[in-house]
Amino acid sequence: MSKSDSQHKAQAAQSMPLIQGYEVVIGFETHAQLLTKSKIFSRASTHFGAEPNTQACAVDLALPGALPVMNKRAVECAIRLGLALGSHVAHRSIFARKNYFYPDLPKGYQISQFEIPVVQGGEISFFVGTTPKTVRLVRAHLEEDAGKSLHENFIGMSGIDLNRAGTPLLEIVTEPDMRSSQEAVAYAKELHKIVTWIQICDGNMQEGSFRCDANVSVRKPGEPLGTRREIKNLNSFKFMQQAIDFEVLWQIEQLEEGRAIEQATVLFDPETGETRSMRTKEDAADYRYFPDPDLPPLVIAPEWIKEIQNSMPELPRSMAERFVNTYGLPAYDATTLTQSPQMAHYFEATVKACGQAKLASNWIMGELSRKLNEENVLIERCPISAAQLGEIISNISKGEISNNSGKVVLEALWASPTTGVAELIAAKGLKQVNDSAALEKIIDEVLAANADNVAQYKAGKEKAFNALIGQAMKASKGQANPQQLTELLKKKLA
Amino acid sequence: MSEIHDLSVAQLSKALQTKELGAVEVAKHFLNRVEKDKLGSFLSHNPELTLRRALESQERIQQNQARPLEGVPIAHKDVFVTKDFPSTAGSKMLEGYRSSFDATVVDKFAQAGCVPLGKLNCDEFAMGSSNENSAYGPALNPWNAQAVPGGSSGGSAAAVSARLTPAATGTDTGGSIRQPASFCGITGIKPTYGRASRYGMIAYASSLDQAGPMAKDALDCALLLSAMCGPDLDRDSTSLDIVEEDYTKTLNQSIKGLKIGVPKEFFGSGLALEVKSALEEAQSVFKSLGAEFVPITLPKTELSIPVYYIIAPAEASSNLSRFDGVRYGHRAKEYNDLMQMYKKSRAEGFGAEVKKRIMTGAYVLSHGYYDAYYLQAQKIRRLIAEDFQAAFKECDLIMGPVAPTTAWGLGEKTADPLSSYLADIFTLPASLAGLPAMSVPCGMSKAAKPLPIGMQLIGNYVQESKLLNAAHQYQLQTQWHTMSPEMTGNLT
Repeated sequence: MSKSDSQHKAQAAQSMPLIQGYEVVIGFETHAQLLTKSKIFSRASTHFGAEPNTQACAVDLALPGALPVMNKRAVECAIRLGLALGSHVAHRSIFARKNYFYPDLPKGYQISQFEIPVVQGGEISFFVGTTPKTVRLVRAHLEEDAGKSLHENFIGMSGIDLNRAGTPLLEIVTEPDMRSSQEAVAYAKELHKIVTWIQICDGNMQEGSFRCDANVSVRKPGEPLGTRREIKNLNSFKFMQQAIDFEVLWQIEQLEEGRAIEQATVLFDPETGETRSMRTKEDAADYRYFPDPDLPPLVIAPEWIKEIQNSMPELPRSMAERFVNTYGLPAYDATTLTQSPQMAHYFEATVKACGQAKLASNWIMGELSRKLNEENVLIERCPISAAQLGEIISNISKGEISNNSGKVVLEALWASPTTGVAELIAAKGLKQVNDSAALEKIIDEVLAANADNVAQYKAGKEKAFNALIGQAMKASKGQANPQQLTELLKKKLA
Repeated sequence: MSEIHDLSVAQLSKALQTKELGAVEVAKHFLNRVEKDKLGSFLSHNPELTLRRALESQERIQQNQARPLEGVPIAHKDVFVTKDFPSTAGSKMLEGYRSSFDATVVDKFAQAGCVPLGKLNCDEFAMGSSNENSAYGPALNPWNAQAVPGGSSGGSAAAVSARLTPAATGTDTGGSIRQPASFCGITGIKPTYGRASRYGMIAYASSLDQAGPMAKDALDCALLLSAMCGPDLDRDSTSLDIVEEDYTKTLNQSIKGLKIGVPKEFFGSGLALEVKSALEEAQSVFKSLGAEFVPITLPKTELSIPVYYIIAPAEASSNLSRFDGVRYGHRAKEYNDLMQMYKKSRAEGFGAEVKKRIMTGAYVLSHGYYDAYYLQAQKIRRLIAEDFQAAFKECDLIMGPVAPTTAWGLGEKTADPLSSYLADIFTLPASLAGLPAMSVPCGMSKAAKPLPIGMQLIGNYVQESKLLNAAHQYQLQTQWHTMSPEMTGNLT
């Protein structure tokens, strides 16, 4: 047993609560559409949304005499994932043919990796809430997507769109390591983050760029694995959770009523919130896999892996660790700021501009995120640059403006990002009064006008002090530096 | 001067380049013969297009812009897809099918200046060794119209032999260039697997299919092979990354001291006596040229038959899945649902031999049988290739028969397919090993209507030049390659 195996067992043992006495076991198969310009075995474009059959060449249409040629960029994507997840990148892997007839499968077989995949093993660690979790990978293999059958608008017939045929996919398969729908969704989110982070997939779930199949089974603790049912094509995190929750309860109910679970492929219907069986194991085809004689073994030179390794971005986990170690951020902040490379880069640029890591984190996770969500803008399109946010934070930390004024500046800057921060502070008269002489003058006037409060304070009523501060702040039209004001007042009253 | 159709590619090319002959005149001459043909060797031709291309060649020659094979007519086996002619692979499934692109080999010949005459008959999807499996009727042997021309490139061999074209392309999966070349008395070469692009060849068995030229003699084959080979890495992943070669350069080298291996398994009891004695005569010619003969052994020769008839059908069963009636090709007229459309379209579109091989292939790949058949066959295939490597430690070339007999009669083996499978025994080993191999005419049978006998030469990987050199030196000493059915009065 390897070290990670034993760690995993230990972790699984102390993991999730049982549901009606059953343990839930989930494994994932995810199809990530790879970010390549052309298809996996042809030069046709992979661009989404074109007119049907306008992005299918002789190879994709499986015309007589057409042959597949491997897209090197797709292999690079697989290698990147392997490197990101600590997997073994196979020096030699094999493409096989999976034979079956279907109208949207033009060749009558799908080219996929079967016996020897390009990415082997590896693991993904993440948090479920605050609990750490590690899911082991079995493999990730390259394959081509099929076309689409269109059943609407063709009375009594079906239409076939082969634009998607030959689109490169990486199928990422886990061990059955997840023990709840929460873990499953957290895994899927983490995988989604990684594939987009390393830029091998655009992660667009609506367009089908990231599709998850969940293998779900239940068992009494300590018993062997139960029979699994595979929920196909979960294309949103919300449906994923709903589908698994429904499926788990359905399976438990079956078992409780004395019915055995039959291995099956099921679909989730978001309308009803239920899963229903599509086909059972008995209907399963014999795919007659064999190595594709049109494609020699995929050989990956160690130099190529090294080259790709050098081009890999810092990964979210190590970046979060660095944020904790270098900037002294709490783990929560570090994890939140590494949800996307864009956010992480924005944070680092802000810190660079103002030198205040925790303040930068607070502002990005707080005020800026609120504004981004409100306006539905991605951070990479944020009108306020990291340098500008840094300038706002600098002004606050130096006491030039108050925290509240900072928020006013941010709002104003959002509306008019070309205006300078200093200009906005001046135009809105937000600059705090830091001049002691001016403040002393104000305090003297306030003390003179509020003799009763002074008397109460001297009699031991702390509240009276706050009233005096309030008066002084009012007199300064809110621009007094509160810290300085407090200190001066205390001195005067001493 | 001889008749235009008796000229070799080399002679024709010279006459064209020196303007002794015009490309249009040459094209018309061959088209005229094609139109009179009764052998069924052509499946399609297009005189208007051919003459247009001939005129372009003629203009190039006049403007001194001639390319290496400018104006030389060529015809292509119907498994090469072409924009200019239908591409049927001898199957009803692809009746009238027009390709949107040209096969690389077809394109390379066009780039070399060849003028396309049309498309040639063959066994359906190149499955067969008699051309009787063509959905468009068999091609006939020009030496005896009651005999088969061999297959699967039967139309190619018959057309060259009958002087309907000076050159043809063929494809060889298990002997489909060499055996018909032998049966029709012409010269043909299958280069090393990967030397000629498979792009645009309608696939039968992808790991075995290889294109090659068929012509009158070794010099012509060298000229044609030089034009058709070369890397095609952007379109065929199995293409070898080795630059083009001029195979004519080494033709005239002396073969003194050349070591020719004679595998004892190729000269067993199954070999017809007249074939055996023709080969012995050929050996004495080689000896007179200074070559030496060494006995060698290829112990797995017999196993090549079951191995081939597992691997080739396995690949074919998958390669032919694309013919489903959905996007192109034959679709049944009436069907109630998708499954019935598939079943009826394929049942109607494919011939008996193709169906047999699809079923065999699906069987050997199916769950529970894969290990026993397909995997085992792959292992033996590797052993067969290793046998050759051991043999090439002892010799430079291997010599033997192409087929155990001369061409058999039409219909003779249709009732007994196994006997025609067994007749592939001498061509299968080189195919399974991916080695270059050629067929060279070396005699005639003693029948009333004599039939040609072919000798097979097998070389090590990428040593096509050695094969062609030996064959050319042999042909400088012999006349078999110059004989035509017309000369013997057989072609009537």
